[in-house]
Amino acid sequence: MRYLPLTQPDREAMLGVIGARSIDDLFVDVPEAARLDGPIPGLPLHASELAVERHMAALARKNLAAGDAPFFLGCGAYRHHVPASVDHLIQRGEYLTAYTPYQPEIAQGTLQMLFEFQTQVARLLGTDVANASMYDGSTACWEAIVMARRVTRRAKAVLSGGLHPHYVSVAKTMAKFTGDVLETSLPDLVAEPDTTALIDKIDDDTSCVVVQYPDILGRIADLSELAAACHAKKALLVAVVTEPVALGLLKSPGEMGADIVVGEGQSIGVGLQFGGPYVGLFGCSEKLVRQMPGRLTGETVDADGKRGFVLTLSTREQHIRREKATSNICTNSGLCALAFSIHMTLLGEAGLRQLARVNHAAASAAADRLAEVPGVELVTPSFFNEFTLRLSKEARPVVRQLADSDILAGVSLGRLYPGAESLENGLVVAVTETTTAEDVAVLAEALREVLA
Amino acid sequence: MTINPSGWRPEAPQAGTGEAATFTGNRALMLEEPLIFEIGSTETTGVDFGPAPAANGSRLAGLERSAPIGLPGLSEPEAVRHYTRLSRQNYAIDLGLFPLGSCTMKHNPRLNEKVARMPGFADLHPLQPVDTVQGALQVINELAFWLIELTGMHGVAMSPKAGAHGELCGILAIKAALEARGEGHRKVILVPESAHGTNPATAAFAGYTVEDIPANTDGRVDLEALKARLGPDVAAVMITNPNTCGLFERDMKAISDAVHAVGGYVYCDGANFNAIVGRVRPGDLGIDAMHINLHKTFSTPHGGGGPGAGPVVLSEALSPYGPLPFVAKMPDGHYKLVEEETADEDHPATFGRMTAFHGQMGMFTRALTYILSHGADGLRQVAEDSVLNANYVLRSLEGTLDAPFAASGPCMHEAIFSDEGLAEGFSTIDVAKALIDEGYHPMTMYFPLVVHGAMLVEPTETESKAALDQFIGALRSVAERARAGDSALKSAPHFAPRRRLDETLAARKPVLVWKEPELAEAAE
Repeated sequence: MRYLPLTQPDREAMLGVIGARSIDDLFVDVPEAARLDGPIPGLPLHASELAVERHMAALARKNLAAGDAPFFLGCGAYRHHVPASVDHLIQRGEYLTAYTPYQPEIAQGTLQMLFEFQTQVARLLGTDVANASMYDGSTACWEAIVMARRVTRRAKAVLSGGLHPHYVSVAKTMAKFTGDVLETSLPDLVAEPDTTALIDKIDDDTSCVVVQYPDILGRIADLSELAAACHAKKALLVAVVTEPVALGLLKSPGEMGADIVVGEGQSIGVGLQFGGPYVGLFGCSEKLVRQMPGRLTGETVDADGKRGFVLTLSTREQHIRREKATSNICTNSGLCALAFSIHMTLLGEAGLRQLARVNHAAASAAADRLAEVPGVELVTPSFFNEFTLRLSKEARPVVRQLADSDILAGVSLGRLYPGAESLENGLVVAVTETTTAEDVAVLAEALREVLA
Repeated sequence: MTINPSGWRPEAPQAGTGEAATFTGNRALMLEEPLIFEIGSTETTGVDFGPAPAANGSRLAGLERSAPIGLPGLSEPEAVRHYTRLSRQNYAIDLGLFPLGSCTMKHNPRLNEKVARMPGFADLHPLQPVDTVQGALQVINELAFWLIELTGMHGVAMSPKAGAHGELCGILAIKAALEARGEGHRKVILVPESAHGTNPATAAFAGYTVEDIPANTDGRVDLEALKARLGPDVAAVMITNPNTCGLFERDMKAISDAVHAVGGYVYCDGANFNAIVGRVRPGDLGIDAMHINLHKTFSTPHGGGGPGAGPVVLSEALSPYGPLPFVAKMPDGHYKLVEEETADEDHPATFGRMTAFHGQMGMFTRALTYILSHGADGLRQVAEDSVLNANYVLRSLEGTLDAPFAASGPCMHEAIFSDEGLAEGFSTIDVAKALIDEGYHPMTMYFPLVVHGAMLVEPTETESKAALDQFIGALRSVAERARAGDSALKSAPHFAPRRRLDETLAARKPVLVWKEPELAEAAE
């Protein structure tokens, strides 16, 4: 029990000060029937550091790590190289083991970092402001829909078929309970996103249109026309970005008129981590800021007139407004926001643009190479670092089969949209700076064999 | 493009303050650090890339960015220095006692960090074929097993991303269960006034009307007032146990029985589970749903505000309604991930998905590592030592600070004090800020609301007796200075990187992003 500093003599001395005979005296308020008189049977007792590490390492070895295989998965989680200094810095105890910065005088490190993060995110997304992060992209997407309802006092949200199906699923779950009305559709396995169809669905009850950029199949569409159509009906445009590296090359959704831009920040600094923890990005226009969920850091001065930072606009939050709060969110993803911010600072504008160029070029080369394989057709002529292939057979078993040869081939649309026959031959392939030409050659050869 | 060509220069201390000025604004190891926007440039980068592969032109649908983004870069040495310098302006549990009540700042073992970074856990994609992630699914399953055993519950939903997200999960499971029973008309959730602010916010977010239940003078839920309010419109009661006054709800079983008798459910805020882990199973008290903040009870680091993780344990009545996805162990020993496609056969009543992917895997590995390190015996000792430490602080400060519930029985893992009788003109904030000068992070202030000028102290089990004695001494000293009318307390902290910050200004004229000085001026 190496984490517990009290010795037995300490415990006895302290009980003496308290005036208790034994530790049981301190649990007198627990009903007799509910008191356990010893360690719960059937569970193991404490173990050494070495023993625990061995156990966990053995479990880790049962998995196929992305770095140990040609790897092509994306769809909302991307494998990028994270500079070693990012992980080193976030493991500094002053960041890792600090609490939410409620005492600003001794939390300026976290607060200044969050202020820098907010500025980086706002600039990347093209919004006036951004908050200090959310749980992840999918919950940030739902919060944007709720926020649009609050702002417009309308309850119908139109969701693009190109929106990540898990994000749709989260919104559907929540809407069942809150009474929001969602219009959803499946994506079509075609080159163009569903912009025109979305415009047709906007009416006087529409709170917002939610569109992903690039979308789940990797497609990119100009959002300007859609934004104008939303605004003509006094609805908001919510744009969702699951691959923020794309914004190193692409126009930002804010530039094209999106009112709220949310995103998954995992790509920058955070790592795959089997789905979490991730970091939700949330930006909006200045006039909506008081309707925004989550934490905000603001600049101010201290008693000596020195610049400093504090958590601010907390009257939107649950600890002040209780049942009237803009959301029930309490904490954010502070440490993941730090990782994002450090990685972004290391990249800088020049580095981010170069990273995006490398990703796009690598993906373009891979798309061309894979499209040469008999039985493979490239569905998406324009894309950033992720594109969709139509295979001559159902993609899901193909992915399954290739995994037996330690090739992680991509995400089959059958996995994401079970039962949707029109999509079952679709394979979404992501290529980043971590993908080598050899990886692509291995995948191409494997597809050639399995599709023959 | 250099973002701030003039560079940044902190203001040197004013002449005449009695403090020696320095050219840089730095004072030995206390360093002023500019913003990245003031020291970086858009041409600088701290990363190298190999050449981009040859490809046939751009396929970006004509949407290439044309305008600069405005993201400053730093070289690697500059970045390491920037973030290291900033870190030194943070208090953290690695630096000293962090007695935030209800927040549970305990030691964060580094073995947890090491394990979470094993490539076999950290470098897995959530959509990999399930037979390539059997070890990861086993981690989720093993942790789920421990959580069920430790709480005496029937099932557990692992995907909620934080405590408040877990509350939402529990309330949605309750709502789904009521609707399945054809009792969707129950629209009221009762919340004691001492509850965490997230509780009423969660209930409202899920479409419920929130009604307060008062506390009695004992600092516990007023059982008679609760019983009087129960009826066929009540969906659930949300209780925090141990509660935010640091007390165990003695009547918990009676409360559960009364709520169940009228057809409602009992939600327990499990933020304070560390006080009873291994000694009491919430399932034995009739609780239907309870979230567990893995970062509190099982030591995953708070990280300056997250990430957390909030698995929710569920009673037999509620388990069928829990969210997707979840892990199931098959008879052949393999692990299966139950998602939307198989839910209809395996889990038809689920209320659905709450988040993309499977939850906070990186927190699961840390929590399981911690649990295995402690074992069933160590976890029980955790509860005992956290309660012992809190009572030691409570009794040692009797006579120094007013302790409103000292007569209500032993406290659990946190001790509550008030500023009543502290000294005329001095209040909780002065004590808190004076503690900063003593080298401590202050305790939780002004919460719970039921106590005047509340000071909620949670030492946790990872503090030694010597550390507690010094902290107790510091508090006594601050109280004595207040009684002596020491006005310096009113302007504390004096020795922190910043003095009291103007929060009103920040809220009245929000500056939430950095702007180039000329743009910021133009916006005035």
